[in-house]
Amino acid sequence: MTAAHTASETSERVEPLNSEGGRADSADSGTTSRLSARGVSLAYGERVVVDGLDLDVLDGGITGVIGPNGCGKSTLLRALGRLLQPRSGSVLLDGKRIHRMSTKEVARTLGLLPQTPSAPEGLCVADLVARGRHPHQTWYRQWSSDDESAVAEALELTGIGDLAERPVDELSGGQRQRAWLSMALAQHTDLLLLDEPTTYLDLSHQVDVLELIGRLHAESGRTVVMVLHDLNFAARYADRLVAMVDGRVAAEGAPEEVVTERLLEEVFDLRARVVPDPVVGTPMVVPVGGRGSREAGTEGSVAESADPEE
Amino acid sequence: MKALAETSPARTSATRVPGRRPLRLGPVSTVLRPRPLLVLFAGLLALLVVFACDLALGDYPITPVGVLRTLFGGGDTGESLVVFQLRLPRGLTGLLVGAALGLAGAVTQAVVRNPLASPDLLGVTAGAGAAASAVIVTGGALGGISGFAASVGLPVVALLGGLITGVLVALLSYRSGVDSFRLVLVGIGMNAMMVNATLWLLTMGEVQDAGRAMVWLTGSLNARGWENVVPVALSLAVLVPVTLLGCHVLGALQFDDDTMHGLGVRVTTARAAMLLSAAVLASLATAAAGPIAFVALSTPQIALRLAGTARPPLVLSMLLGATLVVGADLIARTVFGSLALPVGVVTAVLGAPYLIYLLVHRYREVRT
Repeated sequence: MTAAHTASETSERVEPLNSEGGRADSADSGTTSRLSARGVSLAYGERVVVDGLDLDVLDGGITGVIGPNGCGKSTLLRALGRLLQPRSGSVLLDGKRIHRMSTKEVARTLGLLPQTPSAPEGLCVADLVARGRHPHQTWYRQWSSDDESAVAEALELTGIGDLAERPVDELSGGQRQRAWLSMALAQHTDLLLLDEPTTYLDLSHQVDVLELIGRLHAESGRTVVMVLHDLNFAARYADRLVAMVDGRVAAEGAPEEVVTERLLEEVFDLRARVVPDPVVGTPMVVPVGGRGSREAGTEGSVAESADPEE
Repeated sequence: MKALAETSPARTSATRVPGRRPLRLGPVSTVLRPRPLLVLFAGLLALLVVFACDLALGDYPITPVGVLRTLFGGGDTGESLVVFQLRLPRGLTGLLVGAALGLAGAVTQAVVRNPLASPDLLGVTAGAGAAASAVIVTGGALGGISGFAASVGLPVVALLGGLITGVLVALLSYRSGVDSFRLVLVGIGMNAMMVNATLWLLTMGEVQDAGRAMVWLTGSLNARGWENVVPVALSLAVLVPVTLLGCHVLGALQFDDDTMHGLGVRVTTARAAMLLSAAVLASLATAAAGPIAFVALSTPQIALRLAGTARPPLVLSMLLGATLVVGADLIARTVFGSLALPVGVVTAVLGAPYLIYLLVHRYREVRT
């Protein structure tokens, strides 16, 4: 499936965070997206986690990677971000093998936020965010006016300008996550890889962070790839979903095509009903189980309505 | 674009980032931080005062004015002899050694991200000590070493001993990247091995040789002359600027590995280069004055607390290290009269309580 195809499909959705038009480059480039994986196999030591995977990341869109624990989604993200060298195959960034490129060159094009980043005690928010400028700096040019405006903008976007002089370790979980996101933004990269940006956050902070990511994408047209655990959020905020199981792609496409009752059964071994999200209309997963589910006779309903949109 | 128009007024109002005042001059730009700068000047002043006292005080006291006069070519022959032949080379050796230890400690702690990581605890100093003891003890049995062999051979052997130990620690803790926790553990193990090797050498050797080795092992600035100052000064003149250039990378080396990779840092290379320079600095200092305990461990942390930064400030650590060693030598020379305590004893007495303090107060449970 081509990137252009998906883009046209998603723009029809009622999706407040999605920007229409503006994604000209993705339509131009056709099948070759800026970041892609070609027959990538990934392993930790002897344990092969991902085997011969192909993926084209949707340019100028938000790609959500979903899948059960241990399916290799974080591992895939690490390989896309050059943190992990593929055993075979290659990751291509702008047509070049990412592992042959210089670290700084990659860092100017592609930013990433690990699952649990750590900063030294006492580092203040402004200094953390300013560190995002590292790939653009040299030993003598450490705080240019470009750096300053990028950092100011990143602080502004994430709404943590008033926390700038506070130590990162004194912030709440939500504030801290926004500070880290702010650092990745200050890096001014066209592509952004986020590994579970909502871990450890309560529901309202999860929404905050995802809204922010959606807004960023809408305003500056950045390409975002994020690993998400929450299927409902993934369906709501991503333009395109990639469902992984056992190190391979089980399904890929618009959220409506991927989040189906059959796929949930296959990929997550989860019996669930999929209904339209009452707010934005994207698929919403309602797991079967708990009190009264046996009597409700949900056995048949899983198979009967494969596409909730109809 | 609508989005751009919306954000631009906000952007102009927020082009200043709080707490990061710019200092720009042509292509050169940096952040102006008032507090670290102020502390830096205070540190420089403290060093000057302590150094002046070091030149003035002793068995043959000279007035501060006399010291100044002598330094600028005046003064009588007695004063000039005491200042130029005895106190200045000794004081300068202390200053250089202290600066090197402070810098080595600051770099190590910043790279390893652990205030307990310092060349003293990672085995570099002990390695230098073991190598030097080996030369003193075995050399003694072969008829004694003196003259050229003692003044050049011993420091070179100590330097090599420290370096080899440092590289060994790094290699042993390497497993697709240098993990800081493993580095500290391997370093502590290596340190114990080197200390025990030294003890074994001391037990095996002749009593007089063991005695000489012991003096060296406590770290002493006794009888340091210009022949000690010059090599250390020359090496530092090269090493210090090279290390300070790495300051920028050091700033990015303080995160977890994935974040650092994401920022475009070649983590393993950068870490190895910085640790190597720290090992060379520490070995050099140890070669010149023996293992002076706790300076590399404590000064970066003191500097960090004084400057209020998140990572040990390099230049300030150098200044404080120099002040500490010169000051400790001054105390060792004057307070205990004819006892002529080695400087390492004083720094150890000052540093040990500090280490305990660090161990007690270190682990605040607020990590990201």
